[in-house]
Amino acid sequence: METAKEKLVVIGNGMAGISTVEQILKLTTKFDITVFGSEPHPNYNRIMLSYVLEGSKTLDDIVLNDLNWYKDNGITLHTGTTVAKIDESRKEVVAADGLRVPYDKVLIATGSNSFILPIPGADKEGVVGFRDIADCNQMLEAAKTYRTAAVIGGGLLGLEAAKGLVQLGMDVTVVHLMEDLMERQLDHQAASMLKAELERQGIKFKMGAQTVELLGDKRVSGLRFADDTVLDAEFVVMAVGIKPNVAVAKESGIEVGRGIVVNDYLQTSMENVYSVGECTEHRGVCYGLVAPLFEQGMVLAKHISGIDTAPYEGSVVSTKLKISGVDVFSTGEFIDGPEHTVIANKDDWKRTYKKILLKDGVMVGAVLFGDITDSAELQKLIKQKTVMTDELYASLMGTGCCGGGKKSTSVENMADEEIVCGCNGVTKGTIVDVITNQGLTTVDEIKACTGATRSCGGCKPVVEQILQYVLGDGFKTAAKQGICGCTTLSRDEIVAEIKAKGLQTTKEVMNVLGWSQPEGCSKCRPAINYYLGMLHPDTHEDEKESRFVNERMSANIQKDGTYTVVPRMYGGVTTPEELKKIADISLKYDVKVVKVTGGQRLDLIGVKKEDLPKVWEELDMPSGYAYAKSLRTVKTCVGSQFCRFGTQDSMGMGATLERKFERLDFPAKFKMAVNGCPRNCAESCTKDIGIVGNDGGWEIFVGGNGGIKARLADSLCKVKTDEELIEIVGAVMQYYRETGNYLERTSEWVERIGLDQIKAAVVDDTENRKALLERIEFALEQVEDPWKKLLNDEDKRDKLFGRLEMSSQL
Amino acid sequence: MKNDHMEFYPVGAPDEYLTQIGRVVEIGGRQIAVFRLSDGRIFAALNQSPHPKGGPLAEGIVSGHYLYDPLYDWKIDLTTGLVQAPDTGRAHMLPVKVEDGQVWIGAGELQTTA
Repeated sequence: METAKEKLVVIGNGMAGISTVEQILKLTTKFDITVFGSEPHPNYNRIMLSYVLEGSKTLDDIVLNDLNWYKDNGITLHTGTTVAKIDESRKEVVAADGLRVPYDKVLIATGSNSFILPIPGADKEGVVGFRDIADCNQMLEAAKTYRTAAVIGGGLLGLEAAKGLVQLGMDVTVVHLMEDLMERQLDHQAASMLKAELERQGIKFKMGAQTVELLGDKRVSGLRFADDTVLDAEFVVMAVGIKPNVAVAKESGIEVGRGIVVNDYLQTSMENVYSVGECTEHRGVCYGLVAPLFEQGMVLAKHISGIDTAPYEGSVVSTKLKISGVDVFSTGEFIDGPEHTVIANKDDWKRTYKKILLKDGVMVGAVLFGDITDSAELQKLIKQKTVMTDELYASLMGTGCCGGGKKSTSVENMADEEIVCGCNGVTKGTIVDVITNQGLTTVDEIKACTGATRSCGGCKPVVEQILQYVLGDGFKTAAKQGICGCTTLSRDEIVAEIKAKGLQTTKEVMNVLGWSQPEGCSKCRPAINYYLGMLHPDTHEDEKESRFVNERMSANIQKDGTYTVVPRMYGGVTTPEELKKIADISLKYDVKVVKVTGGQRLDLIGVKKEDLPKVWEELDMPSGYAYAKSLRTVKTCVGSQFCRFGTQDSMGMGATLERKFERLDFPAKFKMAVNGCPRNCAESCTKDIGIVGNDGGWEIFVGGNGGIKARLADSLCKVKTDEELIEIVGAVMQYYRETGNYLERTSEWVERIGLDQIKAAVVDDTENRKALLERIEFALEQVEDPWKKLLNDEDKRDKLFGRLEMSSQL
Repeated sequence: MKNDHMEFYPVGAPDEYLTQIGRVVEIGGRQIAVFRLSDGRIFAALNQSPHPKGGPLAEGIVSGHYLYDPLYDWKIDLTTGLVQAPDTGRAHMLPVKVEDGQVWIGAGELQTTA
């Protein structure tokens, strides 16, 4: 039944081409894919070449897709092979070595080349660009033999190259045509601060200098400028810019301007031929940065796979200089003109500079120097064309004073032998000891050293307070903490980067955002997997390997390695038939204990891993998600169907809500209760969402918790109809999904975000409520019962649950 | 497959093992957890956590060449079996080789007790 696959040929094995292929693979299997790359390497992260030069990363560290990836995805890869042209009449791609590959669709992603100045001597030995691994290797080699180097070009790449060469011990002068460094990304103020900082780091500058000739015999020995002065240099890096690599397109008769001209769906002038990345010219613009390439790739992937997509309408670009110790950032419009309102703050003592440009009150651009902690936030605000408000101003520029000085100092009176972390038995004395004697400054370090906060995390605030108490003022200067030890980025920064760069897999996130441990850890992997699924419910392919064991197996692991099975009983209501089935299966599979849970259902404890699929199949009931960061149960009281006090049908509403919202991923587990009257027998006050019926409708409570840290739920609002109730519940859930930190229960979330803010977002702002509902409905369309899904996927089922037996027949 | 020091047992092709998801293989009645890393390397350990409370290893999260044990989140270096600080201990690793399209586990020392 398999029809012949369409042949997709990708010319270019770099980030643009391969990230597009990755997107395509997620959407369809209809293509038989061949990739040509002129470099002899698999796809690597070109942005990180600066780190390789600097020595903080190796080549292996920056490979994005190793050869196994191509193999696993059935992609034919020709490395070290340059494509000469596309033969449209025969529908074949022709390589320089004569190889011909037939195509149905072609994707050109040839990137760009270093622009080499057309001056006498440019072809001498010792003159390189800074574009690829080969350039990088040449620079590393040169540093071993030669002492003086010149870098022509004071832009992003030139400065990164210069810093790398200084690091390698060379005497480096940056030669720049203009009076300001990075004039395409920075204003005069930031540029001069940058120059001063780089001079401190050992780079020399010659500004306003036009190079007219490279001197020397066979090998370069110096530069001559327009004013006839001369600079000695045994090695020259040309970093004056990049030139879209359009050779293939030109040779094939495709329309070319500065780059390969495409429409809003990345189609070139030749039918069935697309172009993406730095080689592409879209609406007159050629981009040389990574974010636009992801955005283009996403539109292209959908279009080529036959999925409806909004057209690509261009990108707002932002820049970050990758030199350690020099933080520069710019985005959008950054040179102020008469039409702009300028908010600027320069601090010569801390050497920081911050400028935000507004046009008619709307944020349109920003430049940061020295402190770029706000870069992700600014990028987001500017991309969304946010209007500046007093609150935003206060949060971005600071107001000079703020409340919150009432941090408890009760830790001061705590005895040294008092246990702080109950799970791992760590005392206050131990924590104080590692802070003072080992110089630890973050909760993460304390966790790694003592184990405190590692298990349930309930003691984290106390550990923080101890830190603050011991370090005193030193606490504020402690390093910024990321979501785990692998990154310094916060949850919001990560989510903003995923959106801005269109990142699609945990691996991509970790690579592009510079994780210190390349594949992350047990903290960040599940978190990133959740954020990706939340942002892209339709296209994100859930990564089983990034799920905790319980979620991966769809069952709860017990300490002896057996599992529990909890089928759904909507609203805590079951039938004699179901009970009989559960009893029979429990006997058949030797279940050790049948336990009535706190959430009004039954837990079959002690099922062997390999028996799980059989138990699910024979139960033929939906998964109760007792293992998941998802909707667990909706606990109900008897309600108006039978109870003489009941004013509302709590069992009916409970079952309705449970059916509607089950299976969706949340930041943490999610429990609900529905009560038929204010007697509250189903205990709404300790649930994430608690609902209490009354004579004229329902009252909704949020943020209750009966676990680690008990918290009574807050009253959110009252509604009159069932429809309104379901709407508000759905909107709260989606708002929590979108703003909650991974593993953050609603009890903490409500305190962090604030009840007023939640009210404003889901109750008062009806437009926003509608939008939240649309998004949750869309996400709900994508969910599927995991037990059924695994039962239908024999291969995966066997590999996940099946044990391989190797009897001793030898 | 007799060998002076170690007997190796064939336990299927590498693609029997999902990348970054452990699988249990039984050899002579002993459970062995087999892990295939994202770079293709394969490691095997007795399916028994070095944590004092014991429990399995196969279901842990695999990141690079580290395993985070599924019950207590201990971090174990699969190349050595060593538990990483602040915890201490060592998982019992077994030699692995891939030959003739087969994964082979050196479990000879276990066999003597079976």
